[in-house]
Amino acid sequence: MAGRVVLIEDEANIAEAIRFLLSREGWQVDVHADGSDALAVIEAAAPDLVILDLMLPGKSGMEIIREIREMDALAHLPVLMLTARGQVKDREMAERAGVTRFMTKPFSNAEVLTAVRDLNAQALQSARVRDAG
Amino acid sequence: MTSLNLLALVSIGYVSILFMVAFWADRQALRGRGARFMGSPLIYTLSLSIYCTAWTFYGAVGYAARSGMEYVTIYLGPTLVMIGWWWGLRKLVRVGRSQRISSIADLLSARYGKSNVLAIGVTLLAVVGVTPYIALQLQSITLSVATFAAADPARGYNESGTVFWIATGLACFAILFGTRNLNANERHHGVVMAVALEAVVKLVALVAVGIFVVWGLAGGVSQTLARIDASPIGAWQVEGGRWTAITFLSAAAFVCLPRMFQVMVVENEDERHLRIAAWAFPTYLLLISIFVIPIAALGLELMPQGSNPDLFVLTLPLSQGQNGLAMLSFLGGFSSATSMVIVAAMSLSTMVSNHIVMPVWLRSTDAFGGASVSGDVRSVVLFARRFSIAAIMGLGYAYYQISGGGAALAAIGLISFSGISQILPALVGGLFWRGATRAGALAGLFVGFGLWGYTLLLPEVAGGVFSAETLRAGPFGLSWLRPQALFGIEGLDPIVHCVLWSMTLNVVVFCVVSVLSFPSPMERLQGAQFVHVFDHSAGPGGWTGSVAQSEDLMIMSQRILGPEDAQAFFQAAVDRQGGQGPLPEPTPAFLEQLERELSASIGAAAAHAMIGQIVSGAAVSVEDLLAVADESAQLLEYSSRLEAQSLELSTTARKLRETNQKLTRLSEQKDAFLSQVSHELRTPMTSVRAFSEILRDEQGLSLAEQHKYASIIHDEALRLTRLLNDLLDLSVLESGEVTLNVSRRQLSDVLDHAVASALAGAEGALRVHRDHRAEAVELETDVDRLSQVFINLIANAQKYCVAPDPELRIDVTFGKQVVHIDLYDNGEGVPVDFQEVIFEKFSRVTPERAGGAGLGLAICREIMRRLGGDISYLPGQNGAAFRVTLPFHTKIEEIL
Repeated sequence: MAGRVVLIEDEANIAEAIRFLLSREGWQVDVHADGSDALAVIEAAAPDLVILDLMLPGKSGMEIIREIREMDALAHLPVLMLTARGQVKDREMAERAGVTRFMTKPFSNAEVLTAVRDLNAQALQSARVRDAG
Repeated sequence: MTSLNLLALVSIGYVSILFMVAFWADRQALRGRGARFMGSPLIYTLSLSIYCTAWTFYGAVGYAARSGMEYVTIYLGPTLVMIGWWWGLRKLVRVGRSQRISSIADLLSARYGKSNVLAIGVTLLAVVGVTPYIALQLQSITLSVATFAAADPARGYNESGTVFWIATGLACFAILFGTRNLNANERHHGVVMAVALEAVVKLVALVAVGIFVVWGLAGGVSQTLARIDASPIGAWQVEGGRWTAITFLSAAAFVCLPRMFQVMVVENEDERHLRIAAWAFPTYLLLISIFVIPIAALGLELMPQGSNPDLFVLTLPLSQGQNGLAMLSFLGGFSSATSMVIVAAMSLSTMVSNHIVMPVWLRSTDAFGGASVSGDVRSVVLFARRFSIAAIMGLGYAYYQISGGGAALAAIGLISFSGISQILPALVGGLFWRGATRAGALAGLFVGFGLWGYTLLLPEVAGGVFSAETLRAGPFGLSWLRPQALFGIEGLDPIVHCVLWSMTLNVVVFCVVSVLSFPSPMERLQGAQFVHVFDHSAGPGGWTGSVAQSEDLMIMSQRILGPEDAQAFFQAAVDRQGGQGPLPEPTPAFLEQLERELSASIGAAAAHAMIGQIVSGAAVSVEDLLAVADESAQLLEYSSRLEAQSLELSTTARKLRETNQKLTRLSEQKDAFLSQVSHELRTPMTSVRAFSEILRDEQGLSLAEQHKYASIIHDEALRLTRLLNDLLDLSVLESGEVTLNVSRRQLSDVLDHAVASALAGAEGALRVHRDHRAEAVELETDVDRLSQVFINLIANAQKYCVAPDPELRIDVTFGKQVVHIDLYDNGEGVPVDFQEVIFEKFSRVTPERAGGAGLGLAICREIMRRLGGDISYLPGQNGAAFRVTLPFHTKIEEIL
């Protein structure tokens, strides 16, 4: 059950790789390179999942995830954060800020795909629980 | 009959001989000859005989005639002192010599913290006590001359005139021979010789008269004894109280009289003389006193009723027609009187001038702002001494004239003795009791002297002061204050009464006040010096110690040198001495070595003082202490230097702290840098990995896709390479390990090369405007590095200049010793926020368009600094503007 993914990534080549992988799985991928209007792009697209780079021009991924979690509509949106800065404190900070999963570059393609699938499945399940509740 | 003329002639002749002897002795001493004879114990013993004055010579016989054997007490006191207390005298002599004491007043002053008040008190006391005594001597001479005059009534005898001339003559003698030298160490050899000669004359005279009396008049010893028994003398009873009192007084006076102190201490050549004098002087006293009783007994028997027994020595031979003997006897009495007067005047003048005249003079010259040059002082001191001698003689003469010479000679002698004896407690206490204080000494002296004046001097001598009523009922009717029966104790002999009260209260007050008062540091020091004089002054310059002290020395040394060093030092000393055990013998040699060893640690003075403390038993000299104080001052200076150093240290500490903070900051920057590098490496790696996996795993990729993805991998691999190159370049530049390759080149050549390289293969046409005339300047620098900077800047312009028609203008201007190369493009320029950080590592303004890692400008800045120039952003231009500043000549040594 593939859906819609918004990918916020300023590195064009990385964005292209992810887009290629997810498209092959049936996802519709919207790539956006700038951090400053990332939130608006996400709101407008209403994706099933967001892949967010940490270091972005305009606004950092950390700020963007905080803003996402402040919005009621996006409170349960699964967010996969990617970063080239593989420091432990970045991971902790990101998880506190509400990132669903944290992934360090460079990653294998399989890892990305697995992560996207897992997140999507979890999101669907919790959506069902919420709907039932 | 002996005529007065003959008497005068003999007297003048005798005095002339005395002058000559004194003059000769002084000359010999000055030439350093005759020292063995003059400095002999015999002369010393004979000089002590000035104790025997005219009072002894004439008065003893009179005393015996009146009071029987009691006169013996006058000799008993000094004899007991010499035999039983010679060790005390030795201490006195040692103190006197080690402290360069000039008089008894000086001694007490020195002992009690150099107190001038005390010195003045003792001086006044001595003057008051001794003046009647001098008058007494004058009187004795007058009386003896009068005796001859009575036998020669033809001549008109002017009594007061004689006394005046005698006093003048004696004053001249004392001035002439007593004030030649100032230094107490330079002794009065002339005076001492004359006194010794006179001692012989008076002994010979008295013995001669005695022999004449015993064998000439009485007819042998047994006859003499029989006659003595028959005389009233034989019936005299011993009065215990008076005997004790007078023996004590004479003993005390022997020690305290200024003239005795003069000959015994000041004139002492060698303290070993005391050992001989200890028996020789009592022998002299025995000889001079042995014929007193026979003369008195025979005088009482043979001389007419009412004749003065004080003159029996003279009148007895005269009455027997023994004119020659009488003349000798006269000379004996004359000798006794003159020697006493001369030495007394001399010693008193020293006290008066040193403790009264000089302080007053110094104060007055101070007040007038006069400078006390040493030459000035010397003449002033001499004048003061001479003046004092004259004044004292004048006082004695005046006293004689006023008192009229009425009282019995012996009585005056005893009163004088008991006055002078008041010094004794302070003197003995000062020598043997460290706790004795100035306040105690002053109080004791004051009380003792006051009581002496009240109970003895005023009632006995100045008879007019107290009325008979006062004596009987006490002043103001207060019976317990009766001068001769204080506190109701009656029936005592006046002398005993006085000695009892004055000495008892003197001692009690002295002790109590000493205990209650607190001595000044100077007093403590001097007290220690006096009491421990034998320990301290033992051996000139060296140390002496006992075995028991070695342990103390060891303990002290361990504290100063540390246990190991001290033990090693002591063991080495034991080995040197060839001894056994851990402690060496404290030989002077060892003590000197130890002192040197300790000096190295704590300074010479402190070492000397500390060893002295142990070896000499806490006797530390003022000099030692002053030296210690000097060292302390040096230590203080040292400590202030330390303080300055500690200030320096705290400054250094602050700098270190700042450096540390800087290092911490650098470390944080390094962490951030590593984090950045990690990011910059991971990013292309991510693309490389992702697309290589795609190429490997995905089936059915189109050829175009395959090509595209392989190109991406290739680009990212190049990016990684560039990054690594930049990092290495920067690292080399920052570490300063870069080797500059300096050569000469035209600036235009460098720019030509840079422009060509930067634009090679670049799409889009960046037009470069240059000023070739200005560029025609020769530079001496690392051309490749400079070129690298220009390439970077031009490439940046090419990359970032977004103008539709991109242009780059290169201007060249000249400053002082430098050339500025400015590069302007017509793009958007660097946003203001970034202008400050563009030269920092990994600072990219527009990451998505940068091929590099953001290290280019950082590398440019490092290069320019290496080349002795700089690179900066020129704000406020239309586009991006950089200024490269470069010296014409790059000096390598400046850069490194």
